[in-house]
Amino acid sequence: MSAHEHGHHKETFITKYIFSLDHKMIAKQYLITGLIMGIVGVLLSILFRMQIAWPEQSFGIFKFLLGENFAPGGVMRNDIYLALVTIHGTIMVFFVLTAGLSGTFSNLLIPLQIGARDMASGFMNMLSYWMFFISSVIMLGSLFIESGPASAGWTIYPPLSALPQAIPGSGLGMTLWLVSMAIFIASSLMGSLNYVVTVINLRTKGMTMTRLPLTVWAFFVTAIIGIISFPVLFSAALLLIFDRSFGTSFFLSDIFIQGEVLHYQGGSPVLFEHLFWFLGHPEVYIVLLPALGITSEIIATNSRKPIFGYRAMIASILAIAFLSTIVWGHHMFISGMNPFLGSVFTFTTLLIAIPSAVKAFNYITTLWKGNLQLNPAMLFSIGLVSTFITGGLTGIILGDSTLDINVHDTYFVVAHFHLVMGISALYGFFAGVYHWFPKMFGKMMNKTLGYVHFWVTAVCAYGVFFPMHFIGMAGLPRRYYTNSAFPLFDELADVNVLITVFAIVGAVFQIVFFWNFFYSIFYGKKATQNPWRSNTLEWTTPVEHIHGNWPGEIPEVHRWAYDYSKPGHDEDFVSQITPMKDGEEELHH
Amino acid sequence: MTSLLIFFVLVLIGIAIWQLTKIFDLTQVGSNSGDSEVANDKDNSINGYLMFAFVGFIYIFTIYSLLKWGDLVLGTPASEHGADVDNLMAISMYLIFFVQTITQFLLHYFTFKYRGKQGQKALYFADNNKLEAIWTIIPVIVLAGLILYGLYTWNNIMYYDDEEEVIYVELYAKQFGWEVRYSGEDNTLGKANVRFIEGVNTLGVDLSDPAAQDDKVVNELHLPKGKKIVFKMRSQDVLHSAYMPHFRAQMNCVPGMITQFAFVPNMTTAEMREDEAIIAKVDKINKIRAKKSIDLVAKGEEALEPYTFDYLLLCNKICGASHYNMQMKIVVDTPEDFKTWLSEKPTLSSQWAEANAPAPAPTPEVELTEPMEVVIDTTKVVAQIIK
Repeated sequence: MSAHEHGHHKETFITKYIFSLDHKMIAKQYLITGLIMGIVGVLLSILFRMQIAWPEQSFGIFKFLLGENFAPGGVMRNDIYLALVTIHGTIMVFFVLTAGLSGTFSNLLIPLQIGARDMASGFMNMLSYWMFFISSVIMLGSLFIESGPASAGWTIYPPLSALPQAIPGSGLGMTLWLVSMAIFIASSLMGSLNYVVTVINLRTKGMTMTRLPLTVWAFFVTAIIGIISFPVLFSAALLLIFDRSFGTSFFLSDIFIQGEVLHYQGGSPVLFEHLFWFLGHPEVYIVLLPALGITSEIIATNSRKPIFGYRAMIASILAIAFLSTIVWGHHMFISGMNPFLGSVFTFTTLLIAIPSAVKAFNYITTLWKGNLQLNPAMLFSIGLVSTFITGGLTGIILGDSTLDINVHDTYFVVAHFHLVMGISALYGFFAGVYHWFPKMFGKMMNKTLGYVHFWVTAVCAYGVFFPMHFIGMAGLPRRYYTNSAFPLFDELADVNVLITVFAIVGAVFQIVFFWNFFYSIFYGKKATQNPWRSNTLEWTTPVEHIHGNWPGEIPEVHRWAYDYSKPGHDEDFVSQITPMKDGEEELHH
Repeated sequence: MTSLLIFFVLVLIGIAIWQLTKIFDLTQVGSNSGDSEVANDKDNSINGYLMFAFVGFIYIFTIYSLLKWGDLVLGTPASEHGADVDNLMAISMYLIFFVQTITQFLLHYFTFKYRGKQGQKALYFADNNKLEAIWTIIPVIVLAGLILYGLYTWNNIMYYDDEEEVIYVELYAKQFGWEVRYSGEDNTLGKANVRFIEGVNTLGVDLSDPAAQDDKVVNELHLPKGKKIVFKMRSQDVLHSAYMPHFRAQMNCVPGMITQFAFVPNMTTAEMREDEAIIAKVDKINKIRAKKSIDLVAKGEEALEPYTFDYLLLCNKICGASHYNMQMKIVVDTPEDFKTWLSEKPTLSSQWAEANAPAPAPTPEVELTEPMEVVIDTTKVVAQIIK
């Protein structure tokens, strides 16, 4: 069936906007859902940051948002503090940065950039989104139950997560968390399988693997890591459900709580930690690799230069992906696991610094002698490289078992992972939205608001997370409701206030982004077909979305994606569909 | 403070709305083509300069942080291996600061230097194997050094010689507090399991075990200076983590298994209180507390006690609502003082006998063949079964 015939199908509101099979619409659905989850996730963090900065004070906003049950008299309950931390982590890691980021851009860009009419299975793609939607609703719904949402940290280590006697959130709240995550994993797997199959099978003529844009490479490898590691979390969640509901002892043993010995015997919480982190660590790269892929594309386009070391970039993506599956134990150096394993995981973990360093230097070299077009997307991409370096470097400390002993689970860790995966991936997300907004909505976002958004966010991100290194090295544990129980930590109070102020300013300024986003959808200036003068295939499709993406034949690809400023061409970009000139040589082939 | 915060937020929202309304003006003027939303030379120039300023911001903020908060970090380590840990930390930190300073400079400087201008031509430079090799091999060499040094220290810390003279101490964690069990004259901890918990026997010690007869259970951790202490850690309910930051020591307490960490404290509490950095820290904290007390007294509440330095044991693994206040004081004494202190404490068996004087001690109903061997394979080394 040609695309032309597609256009004549009757479309109702429901088939076009709700149960759409079109990858571009599904990408937008992911984006909007992800953004809404992002608002919730950030709001939760502001609430608990206020509690840390001004402990046990009464706030009108707590009374209003948390209610008399969770915040009696406007003072946040101590277990609700942990609940907010837990749901913040879960939402940001899974719902915003996994589904929101990867779901949006894999869906949008894989078919468009490889030259396919749609995903391999449009139906499975739709199912994937709707399962993500259901899991989001359940996760948000768990915020409204009386005993409170899951409160055992986003890592939900048993026994705390298994025993309602240990914390109220481990009752119904935890059940909802597990159900939501089980559905989420199913959604993620369907998405990932689709991405992998699409990239392998549906590339247009001439689109060899070594001509793929790095975005597609990143999404492709991310999907593979997801397929390898998410099922392991699924099994961990299932076993935990068994322990909680059917009395098995996979993760529990010898427990005495509230004056009562429980029947569990023979299980081990350390086993859960292994299963959890077998997903949990690759998850970091599931979050980060798409952001790095987006950055590679945007930096090359806006530098008007080929990405430096294309093959090395692919090699480092593959190396990171491989290593990411054999380093999970660095979260468990002091879990009671055999110290010999600690040595092995230190070794594999520090190896990741090598491909990461290669990537960072390649980005910097791409900028060198470029003609940098500092669009908002470009600023966020450069910001990503900056936070990726700052956050990544402290990984050398945390990945070293000896040093981890003393900074494990302190604010040092909070600083590290927020910079290297949280902020970096978020910057990648923003960069992607600014860059592909014209492709998604046919409109341009306002650049001035984009600049304001970037600069305030950039200053606030460092303002929030840089000081955390210091309070972490002062020995302050994370997940403390208040630090006032220790006179030793009194001197950290000022720093915590400063961090919270930066966090609030940073969060409030995200309004600028949301305004720009929604305003531009309706009233933004009309986009031209290829506003950033880019080489990749998505910019050869018409501005108005049509089913099947290209009105006629799918164009054939004749060159890689990075022929920017190539000598011998009049323009400073050469689309992938431009045939080679006589005697022109293609790099790498 | 609250009102200040609300004021702050309101001001920011005001600024945001002002910015938002500006967009209306922006959409009115200029061409209606989307190309006006693509960066032009002016945007490139402004943002290029801002990028250059931003690397300055990073540097200044770093220096400011080091000056302002540099003294927050933990001072002199109070254990023998602590010096090694701090040494490795210092090396890693110098390395990080070095790399951070250079790479951030290059990143932001290039952004500034090569900011786009009409007519400027970018260099078609796609590959260079020599460069790639350089920034692969340099990290390899540096990391190899770090890994080797790290593993050397790690092995020194985590393994100890069985021949060594050590003192076995049990750290026992529960929501939300700690208890300590000393192994007594025989230096052997008696068997224990949560199923034996009853009355004064809060740790579930098997009182029929001969090794348990001289065990002592106390609520304050005292350690002798200069002796190797091997901590055997247990938890009765959820995961906890025994974090002793001043000793650079931490290990999780896991229900159902025994974990282990060993170190030699090398400064008594009294000696540490004489440490210059600690004196300065205590002074600073007391000034803060005095200031806070003025507010509290004004509100009719009690003033805060002045702070004196003590070693601490904190819980550092999320364990429930009161996780933030699960602590115990640690006192490091001279070996003589430690001996005197411990000899004054009653044994658990005598406490048990006293509490259950009229009736003979009941034998627990649940029979466990080897209650302490509930340990999974990977953790065998750590969870050495108590002899």
